[in-house]
Amino acid sequence: MKTFISHNKEETIALGERIGGAAPSGAVVAFRGGLGMGKTTLSKGIALGLGIVEEISSPTYTIISEYPGRLLLRHIDAYRLRGDEDFEEIGGSELLGVPGTLCLIEWSEKLRDSIDKEAAVIEIDMSPTGDRRISLNGAWLEALIP
Amino acid sequence: MLVLGIESSCDECSAAVVEDGKRIHSNIIATQIPLHEQYQGVVPEIASRAHVRWIEQIARQALTVAGTEPGALDGIAATAQPGLIGSLAVGLSFAKAMAFALKIPFKGVNHMLAHLYAPQLTLPVEYPFLGLLVSGGHSIICKAMDFDTIEILGTTIDDAVGEAFDKVATHYGFGYPGGKAIDDLAEKGDPDAFRFSPPSLHKGEHRYDLSYSGLKTAVIHHLDNFKRPGAKSSPENIAASFRKAAIDLLLAKLLKASADMGINRIVAGGGVAANAYLRRSLAAKSQLDVRFPPLELCGDNGAMVAGIAYHYFMRGESDSLDLAPKSRIPSYKRSLEAQKKHD
Repeated sequence: MKTFISHNKEETIALGERIGGAAPSGAVVAFRGGLGMGKTTLSKGIALGLGIVEEISSPTYTIISEYPGRLLLRHIDAYRLRGDEDFEEIGGSELLGVPGTLCLIEWSEKLRDSIDKEAAVIEIDMSPTGDRRISLNGAWLEALIP
Repeated sequence: MLVLGIESSCDECSAAVVEDGKRIHSNIIATQIPLHEQYQGVVPEIASRAHVRWIEQIARQALTVAGTEPGALDGIAATAQPGLIGSLAVGLSFAKAMAFALKIPFKGVNHMLAHLYAPQLTLPVEYPFLGLLVSGGHSIICKAMDFDTIEILGTTIDDAVGEAFDKVATHYGFGYPGGKAIDDLAEKGDPDAFRFSPPSLHKGEHRYDLSYSGLKTAVIHHLDNFKRPGAKSSPENIAASFRKAAIDLLLAKLLKASADMGINRIVAGGGVAANAYLRRSLAAKSQLDVRFPPLELCGDNGAMVAGIAYHYFMRGESDSLDLAPKSRIPSYKRSLEAQKKHD
């Protein structure tokens, strides 16, 4: 595991851009961290790194939003799902790990069984000053941090 | 011309019979909110399953209340985009099958355009006007040139306004749906107990844009930083201060667009258009001509679908039966590179 401390939104977006630039085809990234931690902000940066020109907004309502880029970005949000069973029923697990895609999953804590144990994990928590501690787990992610 | 309109893009399963785009003969709305309440949100699969269960009886009821036989219908319309894909598919398939069986035209309509049309079910509205579409899934400020032509001026760059209401309400246990729960609590609270700062969205392409993730984070994680000395952290005060900050941003952007474009006619729609503070604040602006649909037409309903479809049918426009539902409309593309330079 490698850790990155972000002091502001811009640093979070810049880290995201590097992640988007490095993501291998078919990668799955599971986000962990509660409301208002900056998961959507980091996703915006990742989209930029994939060369996506469209604005990334919260997928809470649509559950799954797709954006074409160097890889097809599948931005998934399990906030309103009860768990793996709901995800399975909407055909969610078939979308994960497909070559040519990068899947980002917000509220992945709810989908323990659907997500491959080998998937990369990004956990975000916040210090009392508002800094975000972004922990990266997974070989290709960790390689980004010296 | 009698049109049956079907709406199933999210929570509501609705069917309506509307004559000539304005006379509502029936508008039956079944809501799935009690079903979703325990999960604090719309669960798409539950939503589409419930739509399958209800749609036929809702459509029958719409015809019965209207006193209309299916054979008297001149066209059938359904919401085709945007929304939850499984839910959209149910209403769309039902409408297509019925139109095929009755050998009458079918039209798939855009949910946003239908919301903007809703006030015209009660009173004519002249174009152009500024549209404010605000709900759990959408936050859009647009310029409407005609019933089928809009230009998006601003949208949320992160969370939808209704989503922020829902997430704050869930976090503090205020109830579901969050918009109504916060609105009710806020009426009894002090809107200045907490002073949340507005997002900095003044530059470049963000002129009319909205952002709610910063406010959501402030309300949920940093409440004490914004508390006025001596104020009480009561649910009423949190709700009132949050509501004020969330709605004031909408008002500021809308007024800016109105001044810039020289358009003072405003049409509001979507679930958040039912917000009491928003309605009061807009009504108090004497320079604006503000049209709110009646409360029952603010949320999702079949009447707005049947209403707008009439105008397509009058032009001779219909859709073929292979029209597919779409969950999202990528209507607001722009260069993020350009945006970064501005910021």
